[in-house]
Amino acid sequence: MLSNKEVAEELIRVFSDEVSGFEEPFGLLTFHTTRQQIIPVLQHLYNHSYYQVRFLTDLTGIHFPEQKGAEFAVVYHLHSLIHNFRLRIKVFLDKDDVHIPTATNLYSCANWMERETFDFYGIEFDGHPKLIRILNIEEMDYFPMRKEYPLEDPTRDDKIDALFGR
Amino acid sequence: MSDTIEIVPKDKLQPAGAQPELISELTTLNLGPTHPATHGIFQNILQMDGEKIVSGEQTIGYIHRAFEKIAERRPFYQITTLTDRMNYCSSPINNFGWHMTVEKLLQVEVPKRAQYIRVIMMELARIADHIVCNGILGVDSGAFTGFLYVMQKREEIYEMYEQVCGARLTTNMGRIGGMERDLSTEAIRKIREFTKTFPPVLKEFEKLFNRNRIFMDRTIDVGGITAERALDYGFTGPNLRAAGVDYDVRVMNPYSSYEDFEFDIPVGQSGDTYDRFMVRNEEMWQSLRIIEQALDNLPEGPYYADAPEYYLPAKKDVYTSMEALIYHFKIVMGEIDAPVGEVYHAVEGGNGELGFYLVSDGGRAPYRLHFRRPSFIYYQAYPEMCKGLTISDAIIIMSSLNVIAGELDA
Amino acid sequence: MERVKMVEAPEGVSGSGFFATSFDQVIGHARSYSLWPLPFATSCCGIEFMATMGAHYDFSRFGSERPSFSPRQADLLMVMGTIAKKMGPVLKQVYLQMAEPRWVIAVGACASSGGIFDTYSVLQGIDRVIPVDVYVPGCPPRPEQIIDGFMQIQELARNESLRRRNSDEYQQLLASYNID
Repeated sequence: MLSNKEVAEELIRVFSDEVSGFEEPFGLLTFHTTRQQIIPVLQHLYNHSYYQVRFLTDLTGIHFPEQKGAEFAVVYHLHSLIHNFRLRIKVFLDKDDVHIPTATNLYSCANWMERETFDFYGIEFDGHPKLIRILNIEEMDYFPMRKEYPLEDPTRDDKIDALFGR
Repeated sequence: MSDTIEIVPKDKLQPAGAQPELISELTTLNLGPTHPATHGIFQNILQMDGEKIVSGEQTIGYIHRAFEKIAERRPFYQITTLTDRMNYCSSPINNFGWHMTVEKLLQVEVPKRAQYIRVIMMELARIADHIVCNGILGVDSGAFTGFLYVMQKREEIYEMYEQVCGARLTTNMGRIGGMERDLSTEAIRKIREFTKTFPPVLKEFEKLFNRNRIFMDRTIDVGGITAERALDYGFTGPNLRAAGVDYDVRVMNPYSSYEDFEFDIPVGQSGDTYDRFMVRNEEMWQSLRIIEQALDNLPEGPYYADAPEYYLPAKKDVYTSMEALIYHFKIVMGEIDAPVGEVYHAVEGGNGELGFYLVSDGGRAPYRLHFRRPSFIYYQAYPEMCKGLTISDAIIIMSSLNVIAGELDA
Repeated sequence: MERVKMVEAPEGVSGSGFFATSFDQVIGHARSYSLWPLPFATSCCGIEFMATMGAHYDFSRFGSERPSFSPRQADLLMVMGTIAKKMGPVLKQVYLQMAEPRWVIAVGACASSGGIFDTYSVLQGIDRVIPVDVYVPGCPPRPEQIIDGFMQIQELARNESLRRRNSDEYQQLLASYNID
């Protein structure tokens, strides 16, 4: 049985201060790393002969407009099927410098997940084979999941905000 | 006469019987977004070399309803209605998966009876989902009769949903902390009757397809994928199990008392369409087994957790007791705050690992809610699975993958 | 035999071996019992339509035995499910390919008005792109409701004047949607 402590110590041993912020919300090992080290960290976990973390469960983004200097976060959920061990990695990005290397060379399923994150937040994935919008219409010129944009359609004219409590 | 005869230089002479070079170009075939194999709207642009598919590219997003953005506006109990509409063939699984995520965040312990009732409804939903998938696979390969037989059973499942929650398809079943009402005697009677009347129908359905020569010729070795490629593409659920990997979230990270039940995980060998069909059939048998065990061992007790801040009190208490009135007001007006934190919870949906990543900042609505939707992730592998096959094979592969448009685009 | 409901014959003059009535009535009668639907099923309402087509609610007894997926051969466009803005042009193209007389039924809350999805990506009702004849509310509507909406289309088909599709009013309606 792999424990969070064991994996955390191994990562600190290999990557020293490039990985930080270790915590265990609800039992899931979570830590932060930098954009330069994210692919080496993923590769280390993939190639590790014992851990064999070879399943990318999820890849998504979050927007924190209040955290200056770390407005965007890219969150990876990984799973080692052999040991039934899950972990979460977060990478924080500044809003003026929103790009991060792609994970598609390691995991093919990251392809669409990165396109979706780009579509919603505008986070660019360097080296992605085809980084275009996937869910929204191609002509859309803003990134809708960012907190500054409203949920409702800005061009609608029949629903009065006052009647809908907005 | 010599000026009409062309002298070919020696090095350009073709040997006798050589075929001239044919200029070929690929045709582009647009499969979708509206196509008769009614699986939802997504488009595949296929490059064809005559009859064979060379490559393909998908366009999705034709039913993008911005669930994740809506979820940032709705209180926790209103998001259940959104989760219904993701994988709409098996709504209770989505509902309970969401409720379990919130219960994990709030650290609310759901009593055993409610957990068993949830298991029964989730397994019924899994049977309903596989009925649609396998029935439509039959329709797409030309066999309409099997579909009609099993859709009757789906109507009976709808009746059971109505007994529990009142709705047929988009169920909004359960509440945060348990169920909204106990299983009535009528519901238990209907479920027992279903466990007795479904096996003959499923056997008949299997007799129509399993050893049917035409069906086997159409589906064996069509759309296969190896276990390594499947894991690389993030496959989960019946599609991954057909490729040979026995990964089932119910066994690996058990939730809602699944560890109390005894069931097998059917696993295929080559990951082709026939294996996916057989894995889903066998999963329906295993789901029936789980339902029977849950019904036989249904424990007594409350059907909701003792968490008055999150679970609406009974109406008669609201009219008579002061605390219940205050809690009712606070819950409905949204003045109860959730704890700050982030949680990821996964359930075994009809298509695979359905995950909910919830980031809460303490308000009444989530700060960020992300759905890990299995259809979205494994549909990426579709062009690779279709390479070198014909259009009819491509249609069969799409139906056997069970891509549900609501889950694809969310 | 009493439980079989006989369809009423239209008004007319009958005698031995003949029945005289107006074209409107006969054609309306025939059309209303042979409407071929085009199931434009996008999401959850599409699954309720599949249940309606199944053996329990049996849609084909109304004459819709053949759901035609080709717009050229369909009479009735049944839009079931949410239409996103990305899908709007596709829906309009399918509508334009249908031949007159054609009817449109918007099944479900999402097709009628956008439903619970008041978002930037969902078309708030298909009547923003095509003219609609009958709206069926519900989320999803029960099969009985879908059949009720269909029976209202049958009423419309039965009582429609033969000149309607060429009339000014109808042409103006199409022009308001930029359909020539």
